[in-house]
Formats: sequence, structure tokens, C-alpha cells
Amino acid sequence: MDKLRLKFSKTGRAAYISHLDLIRTMQRVFSRAGVPLKYSEGFNPHAKISIILPLPVGTESQCEYMDFSLTEERALETLPDCLNPYMPEGLRAIEAYQAPRKGSELRWLRYEGVMRHGRDGAHYNEFFAQPELWVTRRGKKGERRDNIALGIGRAVFTDTPEGVSAELLLHALEPTVTPELLMAALGEAGPGYYAFTRKEAFLEDMTPFR
Amino acid sequence: MNLLDDEKLKNILRQVEKPARYVGGEYNQVIKDKNQVDVRFAFCFPDTYEIGMSNLGVKILYGIINEMPGVWCERVFAPWGDMAEQMRREHIPIWALESGDPLEEFDIIAFSLGYEMAYTTVLDVLDLGGIPLHAADRPGLDHLVMAGGACCCNIEPMADFLDLCFLGEGEDMDREVIELYREAKREGWSKEQFLREASHIGGIYVPSLYDITYHEDGTVASITAKDGAPAKVRKRIVEDFENSYYPTRPIVPSTEIVHDRVSLEVFRGCIRGCRFCQAGQINRPVRSRSAEKLLALGRETLENTGYQELNLSSLSTSDYRELSALCDGLLDYCRPRGISLSLPSLRADNFSMDIMQRVQQVRKGGLTFAPEAGTQRLRDVINKNVTEDDLLESCRVAFSGGWNGVKLYFMLGLPTETDEDVLGIAELAQKVFWVWKKNAVNRSRGVRITVSTSEFIPKPHTPFQWEAQVSRDEYLRRVGLLSNALKQTRSITYNWHDAEMSLIEAALARGDRKMGRVIEEVWRTGGRLESWSEYFSLERWLTAFQTCGMDIDFYATRERPVDELMPWEHMDNGVTRRHLERERAAAYAGKLSPDCRKACMGCGAASLLKEGVCRG
Repeated sequence: MDKLRLKFSKTGRAAYISHLDLIRTMQRVFSRAGVPLKYSEGFNPHAKISIILPLPVGTESQCEYMDFSLTEERALETLPDCLNPYMPEGLRAIEAYQAPRKGSELRWLRYEGVMRHGRDGAHYNEFFAQPELWVTRRGKKGERRDNIALGIGRAVFTDTPEGVSAELLLHALEPTVTPELLMAALGEAGPGYYAFTRKEAFLEDMTPFR
Repeated sequence: MNLLDDEKLKNILRQVEKPARYVGGEYNQVIKDKNQVDVRFAFCFPDTYEIGMSNLGVKILYGIINEMPGVWCERVFAPWGDMAEQMRREHIPIWALESGDPLEEFDIIAFSLGYEMAYTTVLDVLDLGGIPLHAADRPGLDHLVMAGGACCCNIEPMADFLDLCFLGEGEDMDREVIELYREAKREGWSKEQFLREASHIGGIYVPSLYDITYHEDGTVASITAKDGAPAKVRKRIVEDFENSYYPTRPIVPSTEIVHDRVSLEVFRGCIRGCRFCQAGQINRPVRSRSAEKLLALGRETLENTGYQELNLSSLSTSDYRELSALCDGLLDYCRPRGISLSLPSLRADNFSMDIMQRVQQVRKGGLTFAPEAGTQRLRDVINKNVTEDDLLESCRVAFSGGWNGVKLYFMLGLPTETDEDVLGIAELAQKVFWVWKKNAVNRSRGVRITVSTSEFIPKPHTPFQWEAQVSRDEYLRRVGLLSNALKQTRSITYNWHDAEMSLIEAALARGDRKMGRVIEEVWRTGGRLESWSEYFSLERWLTAFQTCGMDIDFYATRERPVDELMPWEHMDNGVTRRHLERERAAAYAGKLSPDCRKACMGCGAASLLKEGVCRG
């Protein structure tokens, strides 16, 4: 079975598993569960799996997507229940299905988060309403300056007793804007503590990504 | 108090390298309900997660202790420098990975000590946990600090910091100590009473129950047991290795570690009597598992972990009697599943090469051999039963079978070594090169022959325990000699380990209790994780020796008279001192001793078995 997709969550302690380690971990989960992944040919065979959008280490997510292929037919509806007993703490399979479209079509990600030990919600609302927000980021070709305001679809901050709660809609690809980048843009005015969770993924036209 | 929920720590985890190693949560970790637990056991490994999680002993004892109802064994590893620095700055104590609870909340804090360079890290972990370093400064039963592992065959340098040590294999005595501890807590014993009782458990060494006196020249004058402690502590072993505990549900790390695979222990001990090798002496007698048992354990563990590699581990896997049958059985299971089989520590003989060819049908990387010395004369001195013909024949088979790389390991500074022996290494490597030229399948691909040398370190409980280590300058001179001789051939690469760490290892390995001050001083001046070259500093050690008014050469480079009382004389590994003395004499006579299967040399280890008969 080819072009399958697994939606899964990555929370708690699993939030610290890096991208490469996650691929290795997932491979072992499938192996323990007796679900045979398709492997590449060659001297150093590796499972043909890919994770659509790497998640920054330390950020939680309710909507991660992994593409894979199996060597035999399996009922996709029950696949998450097959896999979940074999997951490490914090990883959880939600849904498996034939991928209806390419992973590269994922455009927007909605995040929810909390920020503490910083300014109030009004300050952040005002800050992120600016038409230009230039940050220095390190990419493959060295440092570059980016206007991340272009990648912010929505950024709403509300004061609550637990701190400032945040709801963000950020561009996922070209340019990639992450909550970490927003926090970095705040510089000195940034919160002493923040935690964000990816909640939902969307296509360009804001219909849900699957 | 789960520190992993702490905001400060969460911030730090975002900044440090490889945070996954600090948070636990891996598949197969053991979580217990704290309300059902009355003994909390912190299993500490004084090195990084990646090293500690690769250790089979850790997996075995973690499994065994957690099988005890009411006891929760959790893991603690030393943080890398970036993490340790942040923890100290933010006053976050070290925590156990399972619960996230600080070390202070544990009853027993036990370290696995496999190599001497970890000593300063033991102090660092205790300090990060807010636990007083000295046993004398921990009056109650609250935080008992213990240690087990190979270093316990001479743990004297760490004696001031440890309450109790395990000599030998921990499977049984760990449980016995925990049961006794539980009784002590219930009955409200003092720490002294507990330690006195514990000293009656076989294999348990309580340093505070031994008085050591010294001669004016610094050598040990007497070792006196008190309060009913045994005059000699006798090593514990697992007699029925066939049925002993094997962890078929080990934790599967979610981040890459050094040995990321199933490690199947085929036997313990070693039938070879290499005279420099401590492991070969202190793990006697040999005890094996049947191929049938190993097949079942291997399959079960592969299924429970999802690992794609299985390694057959032992001190000399070629010597496993049923190796051929075991490999065939494992290959039948592994091949169709894409699981690879790895065989380390093979001897350079035909049988091993045949197995190797069957196992490694796909990828043909490098082969590793350890002739240890360059001439037959010196190989006879160290009792390394490998001839030049064996080695060259193995290389011939390898090269004609398509391999195109060989690594050769040697030691420099072995007792009686001359320049001729050093140059013999170059000659041997050159001969290997000629063998390749004659037998290579595809000469255009070239060949990689790597010669590596490390400095010989005399270790306790070996026939060479009395030997002097050659000075660092002398080692480097011999390195230069060899390097020069190897220059002619481009296909031969020469790597040598610097002797800086070897000098400290030699001093610590044969150290006495006075060394504790030096270790503490090194830690106070910043020493930790010192088996890592990025953290090791010879300068710091030499300064500490000076500050403490101690002479490093007294421990490392002094030849000890045969009748000198060794600091570890009260540790009994089964192998008798008489045997070691005989073997030393044989070494100087250049005489080989047979392996245990050819003829029993009466080393004494058989007395550790109930029937007193060792089956090799």
C-alpha cells in the first residue's frame, strides 16, 4: 500500500524528540506493532517514511503528518489502534488514510499557546500588528533578514489568570514562520516563559489539510 | 516534585543540545505508582545518556530491581556541559528520568562504575543532586550511596565517598541489599547498623569497616576489617547463567545512543588468559547460555524493541562453543526481516572468518583484529594466543572475500617491550598490505589498513598488576619510532591515543584511599565527564596531585615488589594471588599458558561455583 498518511500528536516528553530521532522512533514503533513498512533498496535499506513539516524541538503538536508505504494490505481505520500500544510516551496515532494531496500543499498552521513573565496581551497585539517585522534568521546559506509579518495570518493575545493566551495562524512554508521566531522578534519584551502547540493545518484556501 | 514540569527547566530544554536525553518517556521505561513504593532506587550512570543507555549491565539491573514489588528503580545520567552549566545557574537539581523527581527524593543512589575516568563525574552527579560527597557527612539511612561494576575490584580511591560497594555480578546481591534496606527502614536502624549487617551479604564491601595503615614510603602496611566485616570480600557471580535474568524488554531510547541495538550476552568470563586483560581475569569462571536459549531471548527482545540490529556480546565471541549453530538460527530469523547481526571481538582464526563471511553477506566494511603486540615474542609474554600466520591467513580470507579494510589494534609499553617489538608492528602491517596485494578481488579500489596503538595500563587483579607503566615521554618516543616506520606505505594509516589519559587511568586503577583527595580536588577545579577528551585535562590532575602533596609516579610508573601489600588485597575475585604470580613469572619466561579448555591452570575461580568444577 503506497502513499499512506498518518496523523499523529507529539506532546509532553515526546516534544523533545528531534526530527531524525522521530523517524527512527516511528520505524521501531511499526516494527514492534508488526506493521511492515516498505523499505528502500540498496546497501543501506531504510524505511520510506517522511514527516511533512518538521516541528521545532520543544513545541507540542496535535497535528503531525507522516507519509509512508506498507508492503502488505492493512485496514487503515484500525491502524492507529494497532500502533498506539507501541508508542513512547507522548506520541499518539490519530488517523491513517490514503493521502489525498501532497504534503507540500500544507500552507498554514494554527497554534495555541501561553506566555508568562512578560508584557500584557495588548502589548503583543500591537507589536504583531506592525506591517513589517524584520528578524535575522540562520538558514542553509548563512544569516538572512526576513520580514516575518508576511507570514503571520493572525496573532491574537488575551490576558488570562494563567498568563497571556495566544492564538496564531502562521505560514508553514516559504516563508516558514514559527512561534519561536515570533518570540525571538519580541527581543527584550519577550516573555520569560512560553509554550505553543500546533493545533490545525490548512491548505492555501484555508480548508483543512488532510 | 516533577522537575520536568518546571518552567525554568522547560526553557533550558529548548536551548541545550539533544534535549531528548534528559526527559525520559521512552518505550519500555518503568513507571510505578509512588503510593505503592517504599524504596526508591536511583540507578546513576556517571556518563552521558548515550553511553549509559548502551550498557547491558544497566539494562539487566534496571529490569531486575523493577521486578521487585514496592521498589522503583529510575535512571540518572550525567548532563552534558551545556546542561550542567544551566542547571547550576538556575539552581535546578539533577532529576531521575522516569518521575522527574530530584535525586534528593531517593533512598538509594547507586552508581555503575565501569571505568576510572568516571570518578569525578560521580562527585559531580552527587553535587548536582545536593547530596553530601563524603560518606561520613551523610549520617542517616536517607541517601545511601553505593557503587558496582568493574571498578569495584579496586574501589579504594572512591572509598571516602561510598557507603557500600558490590563486588562482582549484581543480579542477586542488589536485591538482597534492597531487602535489607527495607528491613532497616522499617525497624529504624542506624546507618552503622545497616552497613554492618550488609557487610555479611556475600560480595558486599563496606569501605568504612576497614582500617588501612600505611608505611612511611606510602605503601599499604595493613588492611584490617572491623565490626565483624569479613577479612576478604568475595566476588559474587551468577552460577546458573543459562537461566539468569536477561532483559527482553529493555528501554528503547527515542534518541540515538552509542550502541543502539539488541545486545545478546552469550557468555560471561573468558577462557583466554591474556595477561594484561583485567576483564578476562575478574569475570571468571566462564559460564555460557545455550544456543537454544539465546535464540529465544534474541527473538523476544527484537520483537519487544523493534531494533534492526542484534549484537552477540562477550569478551571473546569466537570462543562460544555453539557459535555456528547460533548464527545460523539467528540468520534464519533476521534475514527475512532485514535485521543485521553483528559480531564484535572475533579472533583472527579460520573458524571466525568462516562465521564472519556467513554473517556479513551484504555490507563489507572493515574488519578489526587485535594482535596487541608486534612480535611473537611479545605476544607470548602477554599470552595472546594469536600467531602471525593466523592473522595473515585471516586477512587473506577477508581480502579474497571482498573486504577492503582492516583495523589492527596494538598496545605500546607492554612489559619487556623493546624497539624491535615496536618495529615489529610496522612489519606486521606491511605483511598485511602484501597479503592484500596478492589476494585483493579488486585492487583498483585500494585498501585501508589502520594501525592503532594505545598505552598499556597495568590493572589490579592481573598478572601485570605489579608492572610499571612506561613514562609518557617514552610512550611518545615509541609512537614516533612506529610512526616513522609506517610512513613508507600510503595505504597504512596510524592512529595513536595520547598517553595523557592513560597516565591518570593507571594511577587511579591502582590507587589507594589517599587518592580520594586528589579526585575531589580535580572535581572542585572543574573536572567532570573526563572520559571525553573535550573535558579531560592532564594539567588539572597534575596540579591536584601537587596540591594534595601526592606523587603520581608512585602509583603509575613505579614497579611494585611482588611482596607489596596491594590496596585491593582484601578484594577476592576468585583468581588467587598465587596464580597471578605464576603467570607473571611465565610472562617473563616468555611462556604461553593454555586456555581454560585445553588445560586448567588452577586459577582459583572454579571455587566460586558450588561444585567447584569449571566447565570452561
